[in-house]
Amino acid sequence: MNPPTPKPFDAHPEHDPSSPVSIHALTVAYHRKPVLWDVDLDIHAGRLVAVVGPNGAGKSTLIRACLGLIPSATGNVRFWGEPYREQRRRIGYVPQRDEVDWDFPVSALDVAAMGRYAQIGWFRRVSRAHKDAARACLNRVGMLDYADRQIAQLSGGQQQRVFLARALAQEADLYFMDEPLAGVDAATERAIVEILAKLRDDGKTVVCVHHDLQTIERYFDDVIMLNMRVVATGNVADVFTPDNLRKTYGGRLTTLDRAGHALGTQGG
Amino acid sequence: MTLPAPNPAWADLLDALTLQRGYTATVVTLGTTALGIAGGIVGTFALLRKRALMADTLAHASLPGVAGAFMIATALGASGKSLAVLLPGAAISGVLGVLLVHMLTRTGRIRPDAAMAVVLSVTFGLGVVLLSVIQKSSSGQQAGLSTFIYGQTAAMSRTDVLVIACAAAVAAVVIGLILKELTYASFDRSHARVSGIPVGGIDLTLMALVVLVTVVALQAVGLVLAVAILVIPPVTARLWTNRLRRMLALSALFGALGGYTGAVASAVFERLPAGSVIVLASGGLLAISLIAAPNRGVVGAAWRSARLRHGMARDHALRALYELADRSGGPWVSIHELAEHRGASPRSTRWITRVLSLTGYVQRNAGRARLTPRGEADAKRITRNHRLWEQYLLTFADVAPTHVDVSADHAEHALGTDIVAHLERALADRGALPDRLPDHTELEGAGA
Repeated sequence: MNPPTPKPFDAHPEHDPSSPVSIHALTVAYHRKPVLWDVDLDIHAGRLVAVVGPNGAGKSTLIRACLGLIPSATGNVRFWGEPYREQRRRIGYVPQRDEVDWDFPVSALDVAAMGRYAQIGWFRRVSRAHKDAARACLNRVGMLDYADRQIAQLSGGQQQRVFLARALAQEADLYFMDEPLAGVDAATERAIVEILAKLRDDGKTVVCVHHDLQTIERYFDDVIMLNMRVVATGNVADVFTPDNLRKTYGGRLTTLDRAGHALGTQGG
Repeated sequence: MTLPAPNPAWADLLDALTLQRGYTATVVTLGTTALGIAGGIVGTFALLRKRALMADTLAHASLPGVAGAFMIATALGASGKSLAVLLPGAAISGVLGVLLVHMLTRTGRIRPDAAMAVVLSVTFGLGVVLLSVIQKSSSGQQAGLSTFIYGQTAAMSRTDVLVIACAAAVAAVVIGLILKELTYASFDRSHARVSGIPVGGIDLTLMALVVLVTVVALQAVGLVLAVAILVIPPVTARLWTNRLRRMLALSALFGALGGYTGAVASAVFERLPAGSVIVLASGGLLAISLIAAPNRGVVGAAWRSARLRHGMARDHALRALYELADRSGGPWVSIHELAEHRGASPRSTRWITRVLSLTGYVQRNAGRARLTPRGEADAKRITRNHRLWEQYLLTFADVAPTHVDVSADHAEHALGTDIVAHLERALADRGALPDRLPDHTELEGAGA
């Protein structure tokens, strides 16, 4: 397939080492059919970044390709100017909830502690200190009371919080989250958003796939608008415009427009 | 039904159980017990990693390897029946079979379950054909080979037992060493990989252990039943616990019990093939667990549901008695009236009041019932909770359903004291506390 060719007109051939994520000419294909075309973008440190776009726009694909979970056809991704392998410790991940078997015989604490496994290293048991750290993370997401519950006995929102606690336990500087607010109740949504804001205030960078257009402006600083290619990226206030939304969502949004979607009343 | 051997004396059974029924029986019993432990440990992760059927494919795909190894060894002039030749052959072709499944699945045109079924049957067919070729070319010598299909536990030697015990030890040590990573990779493969766990290597290690156990199981239980050694014990263990470490330990225990029981049974009833009896014994343990296991068992579930239903019926009856007495002014309420108020049959109402009178909550007299002081205290608590909840739903109807989606009838049983306190505060803030709320102070003495 397409060999990675350097683009002569690229204004930034060097990756910016201050940028937590710098994506360069990334193309991802499933069975030869490209689902992401030529993505070029830099994500800035200390920002809450939403990735939006219609179904099949490649939102999860973008995250999974960044993390090396799916191969990319061309292009590369650098984290603080280095490849993923070098910076793995600084990168946390919250996958979609339906990716795992929740009947697995582990407790909420066990799952949170998994965030520490890479630090613990081979052939060592999970020490008390690591367990305490995992407990502290459960506490941060309001799940300490459920630490010993088997994960199947938790509600969807609680499971999502446990996933978040596991990511917090990684103590990363950059987080990728795949729809952390999908299908959670209002209380969980508030709790998670608070934690995200706290992470950002601590100087961490959080990249979230997000599906609810109504809350983008309230929750996020930056937005990446995606539909198989990057339609627009930048500060929410600058980029999240009806015009760009129409470009991102194509015909679908005109229906929403007609239905009196909240877009007309921006800034509320 | 007649047993294949005359009923053994109890002494025979006792001898077999305590490993005193001769050298062979003892060797076989130790061997199958060790095999059960190995299968239970490795099988736990094969099951959690959703690889249960892979073990079956592997076992079936080992037959061409057994036949092939025999043919090559005899062609080279060596004894083809040596296990040192046959087992590596079995392992190699078993692994090739698994790789074939991967390749077929990767084309994207054949689903994994279909791919496994195809490889399992085709390789087994190939093995049977090769066996018949051997039978025609070298007369008589192949007699030992077909035992791999159904197993021949009685032929187990001391060396075999040592080999099995070593396999069990290797499985236990390896799984103990990588327990953390294995758990992580089995639960959430993507996340483990992102964190730097070499999930490919972990998978390979697990596969190697499955191969090891399957190959040593071939002789004892045969390739048709080898999968049972790996799958039934962990499935049984999972019914008893939600903890992985306990599941591992129980799985090893159930595997050992199955192996031991099967060997003892075949020592006592001499014509019973041990391999099949092991599998049957394990299946029996599974059936018992399905019924009896406290959390996931059928009986446990029925008991919990009955207790919940009874608890609700009891609370409703107490509340109805309280409300009726409150309305009419006198303490005595007729059972008939009570049944009507509850919307239940007189029979079930009589039953519940009888239970309540036995536990001291209700006094009965000539078709009527009244609350005892103890019953009244409890009824007040229940009524209070119910009314608070009803009022909460009414007052905060737009918010409440998304937070707590249980009806008032269900909720009155589930409400803990902290939730009740919260309800009271919320309703008091709105000035919406229900009228005629049973008094809080009278409640203190309830102690229930």
